[in-house]
Parts: sequence; C-alpha cells; structure tokens
Amino acid sequence: MAEVSLKRPPMAENANLAPTYGWRMTLSNALIVTRREVRDSFRDWRIVVPIFLLTLVFPFLANLASSIFMGLFERYGDADTEGFAEAFLPLMPMLVGFFPISISLVIALETFVGEKERLSLEPLLSTPLTNTELYIGKVMAAILPPLAAGYLGITIYLTGLILGAQQWRPAPLLIVQILLLTLVQAVVMVTGAVVISSQTTSTRAANLLASFVIIPMSLLVMVESLIMIKPSARYTLWWIMLGLAIVIVLLLRTGARIFNREELLGRSIDHLNFRWAWQVFKGQWRGGVQGFRPLQWYRVSVFPALLNLRRPMLVFVVCALCSFIGGWYLSGTYQLPLEGQNLTDENVLDNMREIFDLGQNPRFVAFALSQNVRVILLAMFIGIFTFGVMGLFFTVLPFGILGLIMGNIVKAGLDPLPFIMAIIPHGVAEIPAIIIAGGAALQLGAIITRPPRETTVMEAWIRMLADAIKLFVAVILPLLIIAAILEVQLTPRVVEWVITR
Amino acid sequence: MIEAEGLTKYFDTFLAVDGISLNVDPGMVVAILGPNGAGKTTTVRMLTGILRPSAGWARVAGYDVVTQTAQVRATVGVLTEQHGLYERMKGLDYLDFFGRVYHLPEAMRRQRSLELMERFGLGHALDKRLGQYSKGMKQKLALVRAMLHDPLVLLLDEPTSAMDPQSAKLVRDSILELRGEKRTIVLTTHNLSEASLLADKIAIIRNGRIIAFGNFDELAQVFVGPPMMRLHLIDYVNGIADDLREVVEVTDIGADWLEYIAPQPRETNPMVLRRVMDRGGSVLTLSQVSLTLEDVYLKIVEEDEKKGENDNG
Repeated sequence: MAEVSLKRPPMAENANLAPTYGWRMTLSNALIVTRREVRDSFRDWRIVVPIFLLTLVFPFLANLASSIFMGLFERYGDADTEGFAEAFLPLMPMLVGFFPISISLVIALETFVGEKERLSLEPLLSTPLTNTELYIGKVMAAILPPLAAGYLGITIYLTGLILGAQQWRPAPLLIVQILLLTLVQAVVMVTGAVVISSQTTSTRAANLLASFVIIPMSLLVMVESLIMIKPSARYTLWWIMLGLAIVIVLLLRTGARIFNREELLGRSIDHLNFRWAWQVFKGQWRGGVQGFRPLQWYRVSVFPALLNLRRPMLVFVVCALCSFIGGWYLSGTYQLPLEGQNLTDENVLDNMREIFDLGQNPRFVAFALSQNVRVILLAMFIGIFTFGVMGLFFTVLPFGILGLIMGNIVKAGLDPLPFIMAIIPHGVAEIPAIIIAGGAALQLGAIITRPPRETTVMEAWIRMLADAIKLFVAVILPLLIIAAILEVQLTPRVVEWVITR
Repeated sequence: MIEAEGLTKYFDTFLAVDGISLNVDPGMVVAILGPNGAGKTTTVRMLTGILRPSAGWARVAGYDVVTQTAQVRATVGVLTEQHGLYERMKGLDYLDFFGRVYHLPEAMRRQRSLELMERFGLGHALDKRLGQYSKGMKQKLALVRAMLHDPLVLLLDEPTSAMDPQSAKLVRDSILELRGEKRTIVLTTHNLSEASLLADKIAIIRNGRIIAFGNFDELAQVFVGPPMMRLHLIDYVNGIADDLREVVEVTDIGADWLEYIAPQPRETNPMVLRRVMDRGGSVLTLSQVSLTLEDVYLKIVEEDEKKGENDNG
C-alpha cells in the first residue's frame, strides 16, 4: 500500500447539514435491515423447515426420551429417582435450546457472505446506512429468529415436563441460567460467523470456515452437559457465560471493525497474496532503513515499535501485578510444605550449589535461555489464535506463581530475602523482556479486534507480526541472553552471599 | 456538482485509479468510457463514498466523499454494475425497503415507487417476486431503486446493459429527461453510441487515468485531427489526385472518389472544387467523412497504448 496523504478540500458550505446519529437513529435504521432480513429468512424453506422441526418436533422427542430414561431408571436403578431427575432433566432444555440456535450460524453466513456472493450487498452499501447500522441490523437478523425458536423449544419442553408425568419443577435460577447460556451461545456463533463472512467471498469458503465456530461450540456444549449433570458444579456455568461474554465483546469489536465497505468490497479477501504480505512485512521490519545500518534501524524502526506497544505493555504490567497479588491471596488456600524449613539452611545452599554448580557449568545458560525463549514464543503463538488472551495468560502466570511462593514464605515466617534475591539480579533484564514479550503477545492477537484506521485486518496483523519478531530479535532475545548469563553466573552467588552473610 | 482532484486508489500495491480529476456541472451528463478493468467502477465507488481514496479528494453535491459519506450517499442514486436485487422479495416491497432506508415518508415511498415502475414499464410486475423478473426488468428495477429518493446526482454503472432495444431507449429517454431537470449524471458504459447520444462530456479512462476528456467534437478535433472530406466524381479524371496533392493532403483514393484532409474547410474546399472543374471533372458529391465515437475512442486508446509502449522503451 502506497503511503499517501489525503489532501482535504475546504469544507463544503452545507457541511453543517450533517445529521447527528444518536443511538435511537442507529437502532431504528438497523431494525429496517433486520426486518427485511428476517422476512427474507422466513421466505426460505431451507431455513424455515429445520427451525420448525427443531422448535416444535424436537422438544416432544426430548420429552419422550426423558420419560423413557426416567422410566428405565425407576425400573432398574437403585439410587434415588429425584436426585437423578435433578441431575438429568436440566440437560435436555439446554440441548433443546442449542439445536435451533445452531441455525443462527447458517443464517449469519447466508446474510453476510450470501449477500456478498449474490452481489446484492453493494446497493445496500451505496445507501446512507452506516457500517454500524448494517452490522447491528444483520447481527440481529441472524440471532433473533433462531433464538426465538430456541426459547420456544425450551418452553415447549419445560411445559411438557412440568405438566407431564414427571411433574418436574425446575428452580427459576436454573431456567435463567439455561436461557442466558442459550443467548450467549447464539451471540458467539453469530458474531463469529460475521467475522468469518467478512473475510470470505463465497458461502462455500464461509461454510468451510464455519467449522471453526461450530466445533468449539459443540465441544463447549458437551462440557456444559457434564457440568449440568453435577448440580453442585452448576455455578461453573456462570463463569462459562462470563468467558463467552468476553469472547462476544472481542468478536463484536473485530466484526464491527472489519464490517466496513472497504473490506467488504476488497479484492484480495479470499486468496493469500504472499508477495504483498512479504512486502508489507519487509517494509515494517525495515521501517524505512535501507541496507545494513543497525543503529539507524534501532532508532527509526525498533524503538518506535517498542513505543507503540506501551498500552499493551501497561495492560501486561497491571495483569502481572494482579496475578502476583492473586497468587499471594491464594497462598492462604494452597499452602506449600514450608513448615520447619529454613532458607538459610546449609542444605538449601548445598542443593543450589549442586544444581547451578555456581556458574561453573555454562550449559545452564543455554538451558535458562531456551526455557524463556520457548515460553515467550509459545505465548506469542497462542496469542494469535486467542485475541492475545492466552498469550497474556502464559506470560502473566509466572508472576502468580511468584506471588503464591512469596505469600507462603512470608506466612510461614521465613526470611523472604533469599527468595527475592534469587529473582532480582537476573530479573533486571528478564522482567523487562517478559513485559515487552507479554505486550507483543497480547497485541499480536488483539490487533485483529481493532486494526488501525485505513488499514485492513490482514495488513495490520502482518505489521504487528513484523514488529513482534523485530522486538524479539532486537530487544527481547538480547535481554534474555543477558538474563540467562546473570541467572547462572550472578544470581546463585548473590543468593549464596545472602544466605551465608 | 461533482469535483474530484487527483483521485487515486490502491488495492494493496495495485494502482486501480491514478489521479483522476473531474469537474461535472449540475445538469451535465458525463460518460466514462474505457476498457474492462480501466478503473471506471472504482471511480464510481469512490464518488459514492463506498471506497476511500488512497489520495486526492472529491466532493459530490458539496459533500466530501471521505468525511461526509452519509450525506454523499443520501444525495446520490447509484446503479451498481450488478443489479443485486433480493430475489425473494416483490418489486414493490423491495422499493419500500430502500425507501425506508432513505427515510422517505410512507405515502411518498409508495407514490414514487408506483410512478417510477409505471414509467419504466414495470407496472404489471409490482407484486411479482424479483426472481421471476427478466434480466432487463431487473436492470430497470435497479435503476428505479437508484432514482427512488429523487437524488441530485446519479451514478450509473452500465445502465442499459442486458436491456432490449425498447427498454434501453426508455432508459435513455429517462436520462435525457433527468438532464433536463438539472440532475447530474455520471454513467459508465461500453455502448459508445449511447454515450455519444447522452453525454455532454466524455471521459476516456485507461489504466486508471483519464486519457481524454471533452465533448465529442473536442475529442475528435484533438485526437483524430482536422475534418476529412470525401469527394465523389461522376467519372474519375486521371492525374487529379496528384493535382490536388499540391493543395491538400489526399489520404485515400478509390475508383471514382478520393478523401482528403481539410484543415480549413471554408478555404480548402472551394479551392479543391475549382481544381477539379479546371481539369474537366464533374463532382457528384462533396461531404465530410462522419466520425463515430467508436473511431475517436479507438484512436485515443490506440495512441495511449503506443505512448505506453514508447514510455516503456
């Protein structure tokens, strides 16, 4: 992409006629789209028939299956029937709700990429509707009919159970849990489908990619089913809902950002343009520096990239602190067997001498370095697929462990100084390296949820990848090498000095 | 009504539109001609605010296509390259949907829809599903959609493609009518006779650049040169061509005719006639060789191709 500036004309005389879009207007415009899409969906028998069957027929089958299972249990089981009913019966409404909402995935793919494929999107994009209005309108159109069908199915099933032979009276909170779970699952599937649709130009490609949504969701429903049959563990479902809500926010951000006219009508959406990608990568890597000029490269390319990471690095620092505090807090629950231990004991020193050989064995430098490099690379890699969340998690986790150990040492009444001094000497280099790596791992995944304006998702991600690799090579790796040398050569001596002083 | 300066669009590294500048006054029809992939549709998309220019700026009806996209899109009516209709909807419902999007009051939506559908001969298909429409009917309905909110500016991407001659004439008449109502129209087309019939100005685009802009006569004058005359004799007179070569440039000779270039017809033609008569020739007719837009277009594109080849060494 050529770097060009937009020369602006003087403001138009009638520029003040620009309408101000409040949320009411946005919603009203979005609903125009939703209404049309919903009507259109209900004109398609391929959507109507499955929804009808899953909504009106499946709950009756589920009721029948429940009756048969309960009958079998009563006949052959020797445990209490009520306990079995309480564990087993809530399972079904969850499934009864899930099947119709799985149609939302199909509708979402159809309304986004189907419209793109039939070339009916451009007339819509030529109207004054904003990207947000189109996005919300289409998301609602994909969610509402299947969700209504899911809720209707749940109602039919529960009515059958309440009024039928079982006379089951579920707790209201359980019903709320099932209804909310159904809702968040539908929204996750649709928002995921929107992201997929925005990046493909054919329903075939979108359907292939849809497995990235339906497979994890199916696995999740299996996990939820296992949780559901253990009434004491059902509180975990709230945590799952919270997790799904976070995923929704991230997918909504991504979807809203990439659902724009420029991306939708982009030419190179479906195929990988390696040449272009390499050029973007190379340009970002060099940062305008031609030839081998390391100092200039650090000044105009590496340090600005580091500066760009200040927000994710700040997020990392806050999370690391929270993790440390959380670890300390958990030290009350997870106690280490430190009673009777003495950190100044000669045995500790002997163990340490044996392990580290007090810097006499350079093999440990390579070991310490490879350990850190492996964790950081893994964090960056996983961060790509998890919006940066798991990348952040992996790099923040050691701080939680440190908090846990530290909490235990202090609570056991031991002197924390040897432990602190076992971190600080090499931590001076290692901790900044981890902060930078953590920020990069977070940003590498998170960039797709909010690419800079004027930049496509792919371009933004390639640039971030170039920055991450550049920072790894130019800053993180040197710091880790220094840290590994210090960890093997200096830290054990400092600890020895502290213990024997 | 439409101003554009240095409008440029890159798709990744591909330069689709290369610094196009345009000025279209109210009530003017501009035809954009050019080979496939020349950048016509991308230009229209930028003028609609669908695509963001990589460089340059444009204003449509006074609104900036980058910062005031909603206003631009509310002011323009766009006929896209593909009609892109919702095939399961009925004609009237389809227009009602777009009328809502443009916030037209219900009564007006209905009135405009009925009026325009009648005008384009779609009155009989109001309640038909669009999937049952013929190609031409779909194209006409798409044009109705573009005109529904009575826009000041119409951007029409190949408005008569896929239409039968009668329907195409209907559309052309409508465009001329709109021009009379001071609507500004930019149309892209491959139909050169249509362009010469409708357009006040013609822009020829190649490789994302405007290589010629002006009305037909101006383009013909600049790119094809001075008028060419054809002299038809009753009987051919030996040596007449050589004789005439002393005063004009003879370009072609037939059995009883010849063609020559007349840079100043008022002076050249009487001179030529006098010479013919002096040699005892009898003139049957003397007329200007009529140029079509196709001739002009081909000449311009050909010259640009040659120029490109020369530039590339």
